[in-house]
Amino acid sequence: MGRNPVTWLGSPTFPDAARRALGDTQLRGNLRKATTTIRGKRESVVAELDDWEELRRAGESIKDEVLADLDTQLERLEVAVTERGGVVHWARDADEANRIVLDLVQEEDTDEVVKVKSMATAEIGLNEALADGGVNAIETDLAEVIVQLGDDRPSHILVPAIHRNRAEIKEIFAQMPEPPASDDPRVLAEAARKYLRRKFLSAKVAISGANFGVADTGSIVVVESEGNGRMCLTLPETLITVMGVEKVLPRWQDLEVFLQLLPRSSTAERMNPYTSIWSGVTPGDGPQKFHLVLLDNGRTSTLADEVGRQALRCIRCSACLNVCPVYERTGGQAYGSVYPGPIGAILAPQLAGDLHDEQTASLPYASSLCGACYEVCPVRINIPEVLTHLRAEVVEAKGKRTPEAMAMSAAAWVFGDRKRYEAAQKAGSLTRFLARGGTLSSLPWPGSKWTDTRDAPVVPKESFRSWWRRNRG
Amino acid sequence: MGSARDEILGRIRAVDRPAPPPVPRDYERARHADDPVELLAERISDYRATVYRAAVRELPYRIAERLDGRGRIAVPPDVPGEWRVPGVAWLPDDPPLGVSDMEEVDGVLSGCALAIAETGTIVLDAGPAQGRRVLTLVPDYHLCVVRADQIVVSVPEAIERLDPSGPLTFISGPSATSDIELDRVEGVHGPRTLEVLLVG
Repeated sequence: MGRNPVTWLGSPTFPDAARRALGDTQLRGNLRKATTTIRGKRESVVAELDDWEELRRAGESIKDEVLADLDTQLERLEVAVTERGGVVHWARDADEANRIVLDLVQEEDTDEVVKVKSMATAEIGLNEALADGGVNAIETDLAEVIVQLGDDRPSHILVPAIHRNRAEIKEIFAQMPEPPASDDPRVLAEAARKYLRRKFLSAKVAISGANFGVADTGSIVVVESEGNGRMCLTLPETLITVMGVEKVLPRWQDLEVFLQLLPRSSTAERMNPYTSIWSGVTPGDGPQKFHLVLLDNGRTSTLADEVGRQALRCIRCSACLNVCPVYERTGGQAYGSVYPGPIGAILAPQLAGDLHDEQTASLPYASSLCGACYEVCPVRINIPEVLTHLRAEVVEAKGKRTPEAMAMSAAAWVFGDRKRYEAAQKAGSLTRFLARGGTLSSLPWPGSKWTDTRDAPVVPKESFRSWWRRNRG
Repeated sequence: MGSARDEILGRIRAVDRPAPPPVPRDYERARHADDPVELLAERISDYRATVYRAAVRELPYRIAERLDGRGRIAVPPDVPGEWRVPGVAWLPDDPPLGVSDMEEVDGVLSGCALAIAETGTIVLDAGPAQGRRVLTLVPDYHLCVVRADQIVVSVPEAIERLDPSGPLTFISGPSATSDIELDRVEGVHGPRTLEVLLVG
């Protein structure tokens, strides 16, 4: 088994990446504008539904039911899809999924495929794997086109090019055969339409992800806006869908909950422009060959963690990104994964499954634990709870010999005895001489480990204990 | 090493997973609207699609009005005869039109399976008067006829009525994107103009 590509190889740790991102004023401006807009819109469409909390609880509960019964639900889905003419494949990890898809594409004797935006295929690095196998994968979602043509990386779950503004997008589109004449979003969208039209009409194979897979009917659901999804799901002869195993829903009826939760949480609309639902193959309508690849890639090991498994409830709406004060300032690329923001900080490390990796281990710290993400989450993932749980695991993984662990055991020794504690307080007051303007911003080592990344308040001249003894004792 | 299927299912079964409590479904299943037709019209218009109202008797006249001067219009073979008004160059999808034919047409006329008032959504299920999915996708103009008795208010009511055995398409306004600065722009790959005729 190779390295899990859910986090990008060679990415700096979050604090290093964040420091760099914070220096980019263009990026911060773009992000502030976009997240402020979407936050306001989301709030108003959510307020329209009196039963929003009931829907959230139902969504949470359905997903928990799926996780508790995942083996049975997957087997039911497999039966239903197969009965309706689809073929189901299983992939333990990214390499296996990529190999399955590449083989299926090559069977169709083509070297070009069109793609619907999909987090699962981005997670496994499918485009790169297909390129290595001589297949050109063309992204068709506008934001993915911006990322692909800009030779860039995604920075948001829903809007991967959120870090780019219209002027930058116009520059990137200059390489199209018919470049856009202005940076008006309408003109940019028109340029993408022209660029992709021929591709849609000639492609033999399409690849998609799935928002939901319904176990009792074998229905696969793709939620989108532009119609590129409909094009890919309708025109080519062969359709390959890569779906994370946790995306299964037990019953058709469950869609009545998620088709309300998802659009309002993600694009802040009452309903997204297009939702496509299909079951296997329909003679004379759409692809006549359908393959469903069920992907594990770290999901079953995430399931094994009692606290962490709630991350598998995620429906990839990205509401948590849009409200996160950390995300708004650093952008998504600082997280070094296709899953950025608060959900990324708990999902990417769990899927990667390697807390000894410095970058992965830095992700659970990419948060101030303010809890805004939990409040907006449509399936009530307690992200702060999982973050602190993962921080504990990171410390555990580091072992007992790290400076942090040694500092903690030293602290335990100091706190364990009154005299030692008071002596330490006195010593602490001496740091006053290093302060400027009421804060400490550069302590000598080992205090520098703290003040390198944040200021510390000045320690008072006298401790409360000593003041109490002097005045009341 | 066993098959991937066995191994994944085995990994799941190795986890202790207590059965969760039953799903609370105390959200609203049916919602009330004083005038569902009006609500649908208002919500579809919010997406910048255009809505026209017609009495049952005047439907053919309204269709003719909408399609006047639009050129060649594709149509599912089973639309009611009275919809195919004279004066329009009709292209029935029988035998099935090729994709290049569809690129050439100027629009498409279809019915729908149902509509959801609260979200301004039209649902197609490849049933009567709707045709294959591609027919309402490739042409740049879509005129969709919705009867008053096809309108439900809430999403749960729609899901209950729909038959998932065929392909379904939920349409809420014309093709759009929020990919540039999270600002909604209408008109990308799907039909850039959506017009809805509400009948009754």
